[in-house]
Amino acid sequence: MRGIVKHFPGVLANDHVDFELARGEIHALLGENGAGKTTLMNILYGLYRPDAGEILLGEQAVHFRSAFDAIARGLGMVHQHFMLVNSFSVAENMTLGQPSPRQPLLEDPNTVRRRIAEISNQHGLRVDPTAVVWQLSVGEQQRVEILKALYRGAEVLILDEPTAVLTPQETDELLAILRSLAGQGKSIVFISHKLHEVMAASDRVTVLRDGRVVGTVPTRETDERALAKMMVGRDVTLAVAKGSARPGEVLLQVDGVFADSDRELPCLQGLSLKVRAGEIVGIAGVAGNGQTELEEAIVGLRPVKRGRIRVCSTDVTNQSPKTCIQAGIGLIPSDRYGMGMLPDFSVADNLVLSTHAGPRFTRRGLLNRGAIRAHAAKLVHDFDVRTPSVDTPGGALSGGNIQKMILARELSGQPRVLIAAQPTRGLDVSATEFIHRQIIAQRDTGVAILLLSTELDEVLALSDRIAVIYEGQIAGMVDRAEADLHEIGLMMAGRGGPARGAEAGP
Amino acid sequence: MRAAAQAARPAAPVLGVLAALLIGALLLALAGIDPLMAYGVMLRGAFGGSRQVQETILKAVPLALVGLGLSVSLRARMWNIGGEGQYFIGALFGTMVAVTFPGWPAWLLVPAVLAGGLLGGGLWAAIPAWLRTRRGMNEIISTLMLNYIAVLLVEYLVRGPLQDPASYLPESAQFAPAARMPALIGRLHLGVFIALALVPLCYLLIWRTPLGFKLRAVGSRARVARTAGIDPAASIAFALIFSGALAGLAGLIEVSYLHTRLKGQLISGGYGFSGILVALISRLNPFAVVIVAIFFAALTIGMDATHSLAQVPATLADALQALVVLLVLGADALARRGE
Repeated sequence: MRGIVKHFPGVLANDHVDFELARGEIHALLGENGAGKTTLMNILYGLYRPDAGEILLGEQAVHFRSAFDAIARGLGMVHQHFMLVNSFSVAENMTLGQPSPRQPLLEDPNTVRRRIAEISNQHGLRVDPTAVVWQLSVGEQQRVEILKALYRGAEVLILDEPTAVLTPQETDELLAILRSLAGQGKSIVFISHKLHEVMAASDRVTVLRDGRVVGTVPTRETDERALAKMMVGRDVTLAVAKGSARPGEVLLQVDGVFADSDRELPCLQGLSLKVRAGEIVGIAGVAGNGQTELEEAIVGLRPVKRGRIRVCSTDVTNQSPKTCIQAGIGLIPSDRYGMGMLPDFSVADNLVLSTHAGPRFTRRGLLNRGAIRAHAAKLVHDFDVRTPSVDTPGGALSGGNIQKMILARELSGQPRVLIAAQPTRGLDVSATEFIHRQIIAQRDTGVAILLLSTELDEVLALSDRIAVIYEGQIAGMVDRAEADLHEIGLMMAGRGGPARGAEAGP
Repeated sequence: MRAAAQAARPAAPVLGVLAALLIGALLLALAGIDPLMAYGVMLRGAFGGSRQVQETILKAVPLALVGLGLSVSLRARMWNIGGEGQYFIGALFGTMVAVTFPGWPAWLLVPAVLAGGLLGGGLWAAIPAWLRTRRGMNEIISTLMLNYIAVLLVEYLVRGPLQDPASYLPESAQFAPAARMPALIGRLHLGVFIALALVPLCYLLIWRTPLGFKLRAVGSRARVARTAGIDPAASIAFALIFSGALAGLAGLIEVSYLHTRLKGQLISGGYGFSGILVALISRLNPFAVVIVAIFFAALTIGMDATHSLAQVPATLADALQALVVLLVLGADALARRGE
């Protein structure tokens, strides 16, 4: 790819990007969110058309008008969100969109199955062709995606943040598969913002920042610190600085809670945990094991069928969100846009969503605009929310600033218990640093913090105690100091919970 | 381009109206009528003198009241399509007050019938509010269906229990003079000033009170509002009942002033439905509601004039009104695309 330029309204997503991929190599594409990695690969895959620049396949310039063209030329992409039909079998997903050799009938299922078996044996991709997709684990679904690309004859594989949804063990398996594929001459682009994976898996690394290539280096000749500096543009502290916790009384107590998921299937199955004042309890786990449901149950958004939830000695089980807030809960929701902020409300109004009716902001029945704007101006300053003004619609802010705005609002309510769900998902390094510092500062003032994150690195960095959630239960709980990554990984996958800690909490 | 589109947005309705009038001129010309003459007659019919202006304003009152109510309920994204039914039940309740206490003095009876109108419309809207908040039933369906029930209920009552014993027509007993809207300036009666007073009140309600804040938050994203401790059910119920009450008030005012007795279908010119259009074209701005209501009223009255004076078919008036609605909303959508 040479001199690729792509504009979106208001942003230059790719600015004269050069990128080359050799046969049989794993080439990592590293950069912060919004650096232009996905855009570049979507151009390569024919999903976007570049404003300028050219794509060469071998010596030949190619113009992909759609993903079909790209697939026909031997490209395959595994998206962050899988593109599989959940109610179809693995075999059916393979042939979907492929012309059948015996129209109007579908291709002979036995032939399809034989080819799948062939490809999976060749590359160590264990998949049952007759399994229906929704029954498969996330890691297996990802293998199906890779298999699908290979089935369609891909020589070049693009994987967009493939490890975001995997347990550490699944990640290791994936990296092994990728190395085996590269060994057989396939070329692989591996998009990531996780430094240690890039170091572990790739042959070369290209770093993107603000849509431009910062550099391409052989992985052997670099290290994590140097890559981080290229990615962010300055030295970054990879570790979060924090003192030891001084836990006090129990402020959040979840006791044998059962709750259903949105699909009305049992989801939380007798989950128990305790969080004390002045400590951060991190919940590690693969997405979809009840994290969202736990978050919603605690803040009063999801009915609890059995069990109790207490916040600062108030029983808030099945109480309204309002009661939960009054009991002392603050929430940084995992669904920032669906739960956390109103895009058409001004920053100032977003900052008083739950407090606007109090005496501070309402006088004689009317909202006190002056007080609301002054309050906003202070929070915007204190939390470094980058916004043209407090009257700007919240939706006009960037993801990191929206998250800072939500954090500012929740902390300004002085919660005793803070639920931080995926607090830095999708944020760049500096916003992440800021939010981590704020969370630790809250802990140090005696707030009880429950951290729900599918980023194991984040859980490890922030937590004083780590609980692993698996299928709606706490599979085990360990002190951070004694945490063993391998053991946590096994628990995340539902295997081998430790003997200690079946009963969660002190 | 974005800035240009934003600048164009306030002008969009005006351009839409102009376009509608141009196409209307074409239709008139096709019908063999001189468009300029017809528009001239129309303008004089609606605004040609003090009498015409007063007539237009009076006609605008029910439209403005229904439109104001919807400008509030649509902020909570509650599509109250039941203005027509609430209008009839408001008229019914007000009438029941008027015919039950004909001996009361005006200072007591007028507020009482007004309260009856508000209560009737509000209660009728409380049914879909209950269905929506307790049973999850879509308010568009329920409010729409309740229209038929309301109209038929009134039709039955004026032929049965409420029928004037002295009359063979399907109508109730006449309002005592003390129960009618007193005229304050010329023919402009109390209802005109109530509607005008409600304009800034609705604005304050939406933009300056915690209640309005909650309504807007629920309308923006109910789940976010709920997470922040706002009860969406309360906002939804308020939005529906408030707009229902204003529609009921509109019905009562029309009956008490214009018809002086409850009748069947006759008492509404489809105000419950036109009021929705008024609110939409006003983009839920209460001040704009007044202007658009007067414009709609002028269109109707002006077209009546062209019908009688320039032999323009009455159906053309309806066609022109529909054109205005389509083109104004279309122009608005076009202007918004750039945002």
